[in-house]
Amino acid sequence: MTTTKIVTSRAPAKQVAKDASMLKQKAMMAAHYDRLTSAPETGAKVAATFVPGNLNELIMCFDLLNNLPEVNAIQNGLRRTSGSFVLEAEKIGHSEDVCTYVKSDIGMMSKGNLAPNGKKFPNPDVLLLSYTGCFTFMKWFELLREQYQCETIMLHTPYMGDGKITRNMIDYMVKQLKEEVIPTLERVSGIKFDIDRLREYLKKSTQAEDDLVRVLQSAKAKPAPIDAYFGGIYYIGPIFGAFRGTQDAIDYYRFLREEVEERQANGLGPVTPDGDMGKEKYRLVVEGPPNYTNFRQFWKMFYDEGAVVVASSYTKVGGVYDFGFRHDPDKPLETLAEYCLGVYTNRSLPMRIDMLTNYIKEYDADGLLINSIKSCNSFSAGQLLMMREVEKRTGKPAAFIESDLVDPRYFSAANIKNRLDSYFQMIEQKRAGASAAA
Amino acid sequence: MATSLNGSRTAPLIERAHALFEDLSFAAARQWKAAEPGRKVIGYMPIYVPREIIHAGGMLPLGIVGGGDQLEVIHGDAYYQSYICRIPRSTVELGLSGRLDFVDGMLFPSICDVIRNLSGMWKLMFPNVYSRYFDVPQNYRDTIGGNYYINELAELREDLGRIRGRPITDAELCRSIEVYNENRRLVRELYRLRAERPWQAPAAEVYLIVRAGLVLPVEEHSAMLREYIAAARADERPMRDNCRIVLTGAFCEQPPLNLIKSLELSGCYVVDDDLLLVTRWLTGDVCAEGDPLKNLSDAFLHHSESTAAKYEPSQKEKGQHLVRAVKRSAAEGVIFACPSFCDPALLERPMLQHVLKDAGIPYIAFKYAENSGQMQPIREQAGTFADSIKLWSGA
Repeated sequence: MTTTKIVTSRAPAKQVAKDASMLKQKAMMAAHYDRLTSAPETGAKVAATFVPGNLNELIMCFDLLNNLPEVNAIQNGLRRTSGSFVLEAEKIGHSEDVCTYVKSDIGMMSKGNLAPNGKKFPNPDVLLLSYTGCFTFMKWFELLREQYQCETIMLHTPYMGDGKITRNMIDYMVKQLKEEVIPTLERVSGIKFDIDRLREYLKKSTQAEDDLVRVLQSAKAKPAPIDAYFGGIYYIGPIFGAFRGTQDAIDYYRFLREEVEERQANGLGPVTPDGDMGKEKYRLVVEGPPNYTNFRQFWKMFYDEGAVVVASSYTKVGGVYDFGFRHDPDKPLETLAEYCLGVYTNRSLPMRIDMLTNYIKEYDADGLLINSIKSCNSFSAGQLLMMREVEKRTGKPAAFIESDLVDPRYFSAANIKNRLDSYFQMIEQKRAGASAAA
Repeated sequence: MATSLNGSRTAPLIERAHALFEDLSFAAARQWKAAEPGRKVIGYMPIYVPREIIHAGGMLPLGIVGGGDQLEVIHGDAYYQSYICRIPRSTVELGLSGRLDFVDGMLFPSICDVIRNLSGMWKLMFPNVYSRYFDVPQNYRDTIGGNYYINELAELREDLGRIRGRPITDAELCRSIEVYNENRRLVRELYRLRAERPWQAPAAEVYLIVRAGLVLPVEEHSAMLREYIAAARADERPMRDNCRIVLTGAFCEQPPLNLIKSLELSGCYVVDDDLLLVTRWLTGDVCAEGDPLKNLSDAFLHHSESTAAKYEPSQKEKGQHLVRAVKRSAAEGVIFACPSFCDPALLERPMLQHVLKDAGIPYIAFKYAENSGQMQPIREQAGTFADSIKLWSGA
């Protein structure tokens, strides 16, 4: 295992520690963006789609490149360009109340539509509207369709309102795949669908999924060798993005697993941007997405205090694998349906509460922290009730902070820091109370 | 037909409708339930549920559209962050304050993530009340979305049958379809009347009369509609020099009644709107013979309103429903009135505005909450809009 000090272009004076796996991922992402931006020259066709309900294996069957607008918005958040894009979108009529991923994307389009490599994103040939777990997705791709005037495919994933997947839901989704999604992808790409090719990709997905779960579950160890939220966001990148079903993903997750296992064997905690984390003092479960515009500052508030996130719901937004689901090559279309149905934001609130409660117990966490995102109702609506329920069921303290995905106007460092400090004190008091009682 | 002291035939009806509107304890629905043992009430939220199925089970469908501007929200605010719209918090308030303690079930239609998540909250907060997220297809092919929807309807029918203690039959459902066809015809007639002679059927009155249908048995509501239409035609009221507008964006959280009144006071006749869409979601009669679930599905897929909660498969068709509404009602402009933090309405708004711009139809936009109290800015904005239409439109 190696940890390399690299120098970022944004902060030339500050060295950032990165695992070797992070460097590998960075290379994979760079290659992907190069493939995307060179599509006009190579003739490759592009499908835009979403992280929850991302059908990467199917997209690859048609030799389409997968472009994920949410990931682009995240990139812009991390690079601190999203703020101006959001403002640009608001200037042209988009409400200040709605999702900032959408506004970042639309603002980026009107300001040159540049990828992280500085080259222009190609226009999508098809918008695969995988309508899974988020209402905004539907309007987002209607907005993009208006702009790009390209073919748009709706794949509607029913919501698991009653906490179960029914035969009717699966049949509906498989029919959409057979009669709407696949024929349109065939037409757009000019490539005939080969179900055996899909099976091969799905087999590969399963291998990477196994390793991802082992990585995420390594945080049950004490100290946790990973941070399953801030670090976890890097770990889910390839599998939630354009790499699920590829050899690259298999290699990356095997490499990552070995790296994490080695850390665990050596009794090490997570790697942070400032190097190895010090002594683990608090073990948290986090619900909700992070803030990306001040990502490192946000993370630092945790690791400076010895707080490690041992499990998070956000790392399940592109697929929930830790309760046993794996893509099944023997039922290729049904398994894609089950995957979409099972993503975190498509689960009912009671299911989400059960998951968080389970995490607190299984990972022996000190409590639940909710980062409530202003512009994400799919996550945020109901979180205050979730907080109370989890507290009631686990007896562990919970806390609530607020920020936004990629809108820097809603990141108030002082407020968040104050609340975190209070929360850590609350955990200490709870521990002291428990010790006194024992 | 009764008349008021000042001779207005509509006044007694409006008085009754207004009392129903203001009654947040739902006394009328409670009385209906208490009148016969075993009666059940099923609540539903915007935007659409097939009320026919509830009615066919001998139950009262009760529309819950938040708490309006008269409800003090105490508990509800503790469940929601400041950046979430008001309808879920006032609905939670209605529930926690016992105002819905007579309701035997709640349906949460597919409209947005907030109402979707509220369905799960309701299960946790009221575990003894039947609660269902009512999903609808976003695929409009009979063999795909249709099959899915028919099965969802069948599940709902089974659930409601269990609640009343015996299955709901096809014959019962066909009868209920007829009853609701009649109700929808009357609502459409009222909308036509208003579009033709808006001074005879002011928007606030039309709203109150239609809204009464959310709490009254449908038969009683149809009678009220008939009476109001006749009274509104008979009453002679002065025509004002108002412009004619379509109001859009208000399909979920309802604007305060004062807001609707303010629009007309500031010079805008509302000649069409998307308020309380459940009352006219299905745009024509539903076939009342044969398989009732298939008939309801056909109507949903092929003869239902366009709104932001639905996917529009055709870019060419996107927003055209609004252009058609403007033409149909001879409107001169559109007012976008959207609830604050309403994802469907606010995400949809720019696309609709582009379509209107291309069609040369003027528009303005503002936001509201169901408890907005200050109407002066809205009056000024709407008044200026009305003036600009009157002064500068091509007519």
